[in-house]
Amino acid sequence: MGKAASSSKQPRATLSWFLKGASNVVSLPALILIMSFIGFGALTAEAGLTVWQAMFLGITTWALPSAVLVAGAIINDVPFYATVFAVVLASVRLLPMTMALVPMLKSDKTKLSSLLLSAYFMAVTSWVFAMNRLPEIERENRVPFFLGFALTLAMVVVITLGIAHSLVPNLPVPIAAALIFLTPVYFLLSMTAAARITSEYWAIGFGLVLGPIFHLITPDTDLLWCGLLGGTMSYGLSRLVESRKGA
Amino acid sequence: MNWLNLPFSEWSPYLFILLAGGIPTQIWRTLGVFLSRSMDENSEVLKWVKAVATALVAGLIANLVIFPSGGLAVVPLWARVGALMISYVVFLKTRPRLLLAILAGEALLIGATLLYS
Repeated sequence: MGKAASSSKQPRATLSWFLKGASNVVSLPALILIMSFIGFGALTAEAGLTVWQAMFLGITTWALPSAVLVAGAIINDVPFYATVFAVVLASVRLLPMTMALVPMLKSDKTKLSSLLLSAYFMAVTSWVFAMNRLPEIERENRVPFFLGFALTLAMVVVITLGIAHSLVPNLPVPIAAALIFLTPVYFLLSMTAAARITSEYWAIGFGLVLGPIFHLITPDTDLLWCGLLGGTMSYGLSRLVESRKGA
Repeated sequence: MNWLNLPFSEWSPYLFILLAGGIPTQIWRTLGVFLSRSMDENSEVLKWVKAVATALVAGLIANLVIFPSGGLAVVPLWARVGALMISYVVFLKTRPRLLLAILAGEALLIGATLLYS
């Protein structure tokens, strides 16, 4: 009987957590993502995409680096196979990000379809949001809370992209620069805010240094090597320090 | 297999966007779900994976600033790196708040752009 009562309550609880997540879209990180998509909207107009094609590109990739690569490939007449190759390489980062998100998101009852939907709408903004906010939320409420944020954010951003595509093809340089700069500065600060353990602080430092170095050595696969080497070094170092402390 | 070599202008636009943009991006998210579904949040493997993801995103951040595209490329390198550093220093004083730190960096960036580009 208790079970029946709790299951009839559950849809309402799920909806309320979804709405709680959605309300977080009115926030600085979401505003920053929206503004960086204004810059991207101008780029898709330059690529000659229609407004619907631009929005389709934004929502099917839901990762700004991939979308920028495709827009760049369209501008430069890059062949299909080379575009696929570049996008596959540029999106590898989503693999470890998803793998870090899913165990944090799931409870015993979570369905595979909910996890897949969450993963499709996970990108850096929602990943950093999840790392910051999920630990304080009970497990069974994490999926609706995350999806509320991520789905609402995607909808708002894609609508903004459509509007920007039509309204702002030529931004003045200082404004365009300021909009593009928002993304890296926000990612850096919020990632530092989300870091919980020593290895993550080190990983930020190693990544900042190794990213540009690998970009000069191997521009196509730079982030992959930067992540593997920088992440492994910071993980190894933190293990070493812990074992010293333990001994 | 000529279609492999054709650019966007020779393709059906939506098909090109889906096959060259959407699917190559989504395979990694799908794979990530299947690989991590049965993993424990506090396992050592996952701590390593998280360190890899963090270093990778940090590398992306540095590359966005050091090898920029579009409007940001016009701004001198010292102003881009300086703006990021100023934001970071202000953030260390005002954390966990972000707004003031971001505005400090943006002020330097816009100022330098107006003066030097």
